[in-house]
Amino acid sequence: MTKTSTLPRGERSSATPGRRRAHPARKASGLPVWSIPYVLLIPGLVVIAALLLYPLVQMVTISFQKVGLLQISGRRPAEWLGWENYASIFDNDIFWSSLRNTVVFAVVAVPLTLILGTAVGVLLHRLGSKMSLFVIIGIMFAWAVPPVAQGVIWRWLFDAEAGIINWALNLLPDSLSSALFGRADWTGEPWLNDTWSIYMVLTICVVWAGFPFIAVSVLAGLKGIPAELYEAARVDGSTPWRTFRKITFPLLKPVFAVLTVLSIIWDFKVFSQLYVLAGTTNRDAYNLSMYAVTEAFKAPQKMGSGAAIAVVLTVILLIVTAAYIRQMFKQEEL
Amino acid sequence: MSPLARRRLTKAALNTTGVLVFLVATFPVYWMVSTAFKTNDQIFTTDFIPFPTQFTFEHLSRVLTEGVAGHSIWLYLRNSAIVALGTVLIGAVFALLSATAVARFRFKGRVPFLALLLVVQMIPAEALVIPLFLSVRRLGLYDQLLGLIVTQVALTLPFGIWMLRTFVAAVPKSLEEAAWIDGASRFTTFWKVLFPLVAPGLVATSIFSFITAWNELIMSLYLISDPTKYTMPVALQYFFGQKGTDWGAIMASSTMMTLPVVIFFLFVQRRMVSGLVAGAVKG
Repeated sequence: MTKTSTLPRGERSSATPGRRRAHPARKASGLPVWSIPYVLLIPGLVVIAALLLYPLVQMVTISFQKVGLLQISGRRPAEWLGWENYASIFDNDIFWSSLRNTVVFAVVAVPLTLILGTAVGVLLHRLGSKMSLFVIIGIMFAWAVPPVAQGVIWRWLFDAEAGIINWALNLLPDSLSSALFGRADWTGEPWLNDTWSIYMVLTICVVWAGFPFIAVSVLAGLKGIPAELYEAARVDGSTPWRTFRKITFPLLKPVFAVLTVLSIIWDFKVFSQLYVLAGTTNRDAYNLSMYAVTEAFKAPQKMGSGAAIAVVLTVILLIVTAAYIRQMFKQEEL
Repeated sequence: MSPLARRRLTKAALNTTGVLVFLVATFPVYWMVSTAFKTNDQIFTTDFIPFPTQFTFEHLSRVLTEGVAGHSIWLYLRNSAIVALGTVLIGAVFALLSATAVARFRFKGRVPFLALLLVVQMIPAEALVIPLFLSVRRLGLYDQLLGLIVTQVALTLPFGIWMLRTFVAAVPKSLEEAAWIDGASRFTTFWKVLFPLVAPGLVATSIFSFITAWNELIMSLYLISDPTKYTMPVALQYFFGQKGTDWGAIMASSTMMTLPVVIFFLFVQRRMVSGLVAGAVKG
């Protein structure tokens, strides 16, 4: 079979006289045609089922069980607890502060990332091609930094003793600094001790690393809008803000919808940066991701309540995802 | 003001903003690299030292020899590379098969499968790590790089299929039909016609999976406890457990970790956007 295909045109064996058109329904690989896509899907489906869906079911099961050190090592079977894990996490202040941190962080970081990213995207569109490439390469550096390294970098910039942020704040004229922040001396300011300032640093870090993706996506969208529309707007004397509101925004609405949902999902489960910035000792600074894994893995291991927190986080994310999927299916012929 | 002067002014303002954006984006990265090459005297100071005037490889050579947690960071970089490459090799084959199925065939269950891909992409790794930890232990894969590879394949596959699908769909079907008419078998058609044309997309998808696996922290943190199996993200956060933070060493290590990603990024940046917001963006 393979051999015939390597024969050049016109040299085909006489077994198929008159160059009859190959019928698509012939059994080429020994499989009925209808089954081919399913066969191709098997490896992918097996991976998804075994490593994503099955664990998901397991996670829900574990959330109703007591799984501690004895159960992990197999010395005792998992004990069924019913809703007890949920009752105890809902009763725990750390759960509510984690939920608050998760939500407040997303509510602040998502719009900031989107606004900054869109502004830079519009800027890139208006810049000359050389300048635009220069800025794109620049923002790509921020985008490419691995999340753990992002945390490391910002932890260093905000370092109490030798951090450059404290140095820069000390540069402000004392009167201005006092008027703005009620203090003039920033030497030794520990930014990563209390929850509020940890999340401020985290927000800066995530916005810094997140805006380039938004900017490049918005730029790609803008390039698809016919220039005549802007021409017409200019002729009609429209202001830039009005042009953005009446032309750019409506046309890019689907892009913004997808970007918003993706940003919400990413910011909701932010982990690596927070792990580096805050560590696991400061329980007040946990978000849901951190709370779930520390509860599950930090001694004494409580996999059951860890799983219960993970279930709460997953449910929230799946609700958001539903919006994403609706948008994707609306926009695209699949 | 004359229109010409006004246009010049606008252009100058735009370019200035552009330069400002460039500086904001690159400065933290620059600061990481420059700290890595400064002497400790220049690092631990309350003064601002823009360039490492006493340029040194001291930190870099220290992390490459002594390293952290008792091993050179070469070991961790190697472990990360093994995990990421393993993920890419397995993931690429699986993704290509599935992507061909959904892009080339219309079959029952196709749309539900696509929806499933989107849903499973969103399951947080933080949630999966708990059940996966138990399974990996039961299978004897705890503390094994293979265990990490398997979990990373799972985490990267859904997006890989989603992204690769658009590349397969972009290859005109008529090419395959031509080969088909000339008597090529299905396998030959796939291997000789479709595969070469999809290869660039496969490279882009693979790089994306590589970066994801290279950066991943949670699975490595909880599925590995043996320091000789640490991946780079785990090693990097390990520095903070030490007494007195050795910023020079940390910055040298994180520079080493960031470098390959930056290089790969230059290749795939545009394709990544098209994968994530495909359809919504006409780029």
